[in-house]
Amino acid sequence: MDFTFPREMEKFRKLVREFGEEVVRPAAKAADEKHEVDMDVIRQAAAIGLLGVPFPQKYGGVGAGETGYCILMEELGKVCTSTATTIGAHIGIGAMSIYLDGTEAQKQKYLVPLARGEKLGAFALTEPNAGSDAASIKTKAVRDGDAYLLNGSKIYITNGPLADVISVLAVTDPTLGAHGGVTAFIGEKQFGIQVGTVEKKMGIRGSATSELIFEDVRIPAENVLGPVGLGFITFMKTLDTGRLTLGAATLGGAEEALRIAIDYARVREAFGKPIAHKQSIQFMIADMAAEVEALRSLVYRTAWMVEQGMPYTKEAGMCKLLGSQTASRNIHRALQILGALGYSRDFPVERMFRDARIAEIFEGTNEIQRIVIASQLFKEVGIRIRP
Amino acid sequence: MDFTLNEEQQMFGQMFGDFMAKEVAPRAEAIDAEGETPSELLEQAAMQGFLGAILPEDYMGAALDMTSYTLLAEAWGRADLSSATVFHAHMMTAMAILAHGTEDQKATYLEAMAMGEKLGAFALTEPAAGSDPAGMLTEAKPDGSDYLLNGVKSWVTNAGRAGTYVVFARAPEGVTGFIVDADTPGLKVGGREKTLGLRGAEIRALYLDHARVPAANVLGKVGHGLRVALSTMDFAHLSLAALTLGGAEQALDLGVQFASERKQFGVLIAKKQAIQNYLADAKLKIEALRHLIEHASWLAVQGKPYSFEATMAKLYGGQAIYETANTMIQVHGGYGYIVDYPISRLYRDARAMSIIGGSAEIQRVLVARHVLAEAGIEVKP
Repeated sequence: MDFTFPREMEKFRKLVREFGEEVVRPAAKAADEKHEVDMDVIRQAAAIGLLGVPFPQKYGGVGAGETGYCILMEELGKVCTSTATTIGAHIGIGAMSIYLDGTEAQKQKYLVPLARGEKLGAFALTEPNAGSDAASIKTKAVRDGDAYLLNGSKIYITNGPLADVISVLAVTDPTLGAHGGVTAFIGEKQFGIQVGTVEKKMGIRGSATSELIFEDVRIPAENVLGPVGLGFITFMKTLDTGRLTLGAATLGGAEEALRIAIDYARVREAFGKPIAHKQSIQFMIADMAAEVEALRSLVYRTAWMVEQGMPYTKEAGMCKLLGSQTASRNIHRALQILGALGYSRDFPVERMFRDARIAEIFEGTNEIQRIVIASQLFKEVGIRIRP
Repeated sequence: MDFTLNEEQQMFGQMFGDFMAKEVAPRAEAIDAEGETPSELLEQAAMQGFLGAILPEDYMGAALDMTSYTLLAEAWGRADLSSATVFHAHMMTAMAILAHGTEDQKATYLEAMAMGEKLGAFALTEPAAGSDPAGMLTEAKPDGSDYLLNGVKSWVTNAGRAGTYVVFARAPEGVTGFIVDADTPGLKVGGREKTLGLRGAEIRALYLDHARVPAANVLGKVGHGLRVALSTMDFAHLSLAALTLGGAEQALDLGVQFASERKQFGVLIAKKQAIQNYLADAKLKIEALRHLIEHASWLAVQGKPYSFEATMAKLYGGQAIYETANTMIQVHGGYGYIVDYPISRLYRDARAMSIIGGSAEIQRVLVARHVLAEAGIEVKP
């Protein structure tokens, strides 16, 4: 047992933290207000390699592994949830699906430019009638010579309007269902994937979420990702790593809330002294800190499990569930401690509060995480659970 | 024990609900998006007698009993929390004048407020005195037969729009309430506060720069301002609690509606226990809140003290509305996060309710003080 980070990870954290403080934090408010991705921030992140953090150097990455990637997300989560979301969707599910199940040729063609940040990635799973029930997607892929023709619509796709490379899941054999009849593809925007409605959201407004429309979009057969018919497995496996790193981003948000709460409580006076002297405030802050530490341990232990090659589906679900709850609760408490100032759009807690709420919903709602965790637990005792 | 509303209260409840559903609810989205409660909506409300809801007929009020008033506040909160907050701030200002004003003051101000000619605003909070109003710095200096008010009030709902302000300031004898006309020289309003929710309520700071207020406009006794403020809080707590009840009911309705239409895994999500748990817990909170409010308003109608009960209702209401809106977003999934669905607005609005009108922390202190007083222990925040 060793709970310290290796020196190179500490150095990496320092680099990301500086980038977060100097580049990301100052841009966060304006991106939220404009409801727009600040592409300048993304380009600067790409320039120092941050869009390929977990991937090996031979694929254009930094080679910082899962731990490094969690560090990136934690630090970004502190300063701007929108930026964490854009980069998280690009690395953690977009590029990650290709890294996990792509052929060597696919990795060279797609993963390398993604990891270098020359292209932006996205991951298209959700449909209007297939949210938590991802297996009932309707987007169809029909074989046509040496390609597939895709028809259908995907919704709530992070980076939808910006992405060049889009991993997409479609039904190749409706008779076989999710296991055997669904295939993953690597799509390119230039294949004719259209951007539909761009969503107006309560939070993470500095990230872009849209519908993607497929009308006879021709994807070459060589772009099938993983085996034909087994795309659901590729996508679910990808979501496991997405959930872990979303947990890391929420850890950042939860820590930031704690920092803000302490900073405010030590200077704000009521009844003649700083409110830090009030037990109501102390208890909120103590609970915040305890939950942050529990989450930190869970996130980095799970990252360690990934690097050891251990199964981690259950733990990834826990990272996402506990992380999203902890961030929401902590930001809720920070807002309470700041009172009316917390409710004001002139201070970052208001934005954090709106931003945090999505983590309980996306990458599988928390209800789905509970089902994932329970399924794994019951599987261990021989009982199969269906949602 | 009788838990039924009387015939008149039932009739009012129906009427308020109909009006709000027809006239206010359809405008809620625009009120939030445009950041403004339209004047014509307030004019309509005045025509219905709502802006003088609880004022006596002598002042052109509708003379509702407290229970009927809570039904109005509930219906308004259900339709739209932004404009309901505008209404609430107006009504509590009128209540302060009704409870503590001289006959002349009441004659001068209340009729115009009931008719909607003058909107009310209640200016107690300061940048450095929120939960602790006794720490206020705004000064009231006697000057001949007037007072000169100097200082800053913050987070004043309806500031900039109000015709009549009740302002608290420190006179030589102690904190004192004043009725201040909007056109008083030296009274200026600050910029609009941008807030997470309640965006249709105009919230601003109030700057008092040698604002000259006649001594005749002292509300209550000189030096007794905190008493004036705190007694108004009883009404304010109950009124806000009723707003939260309406908002929580609306949130649950939205959740039930969504769960009754959305299918996943081949069935309506309403058939899933996780969703049922959310709906059941929300309903439990709503009914508990309704009983707290009904009990407090019943005490008020009986002419009995209801301070403690109103405080509990407000404290619980702030939690209930937030928790309900929060879980109903979860029922909506991704749709709940999109601004096109009203639940996300309700969630932003709901979050204010544990802060405005006394933070939840201060309300717990008040409740604890009451509990400990029974044990003979005196508690200060």
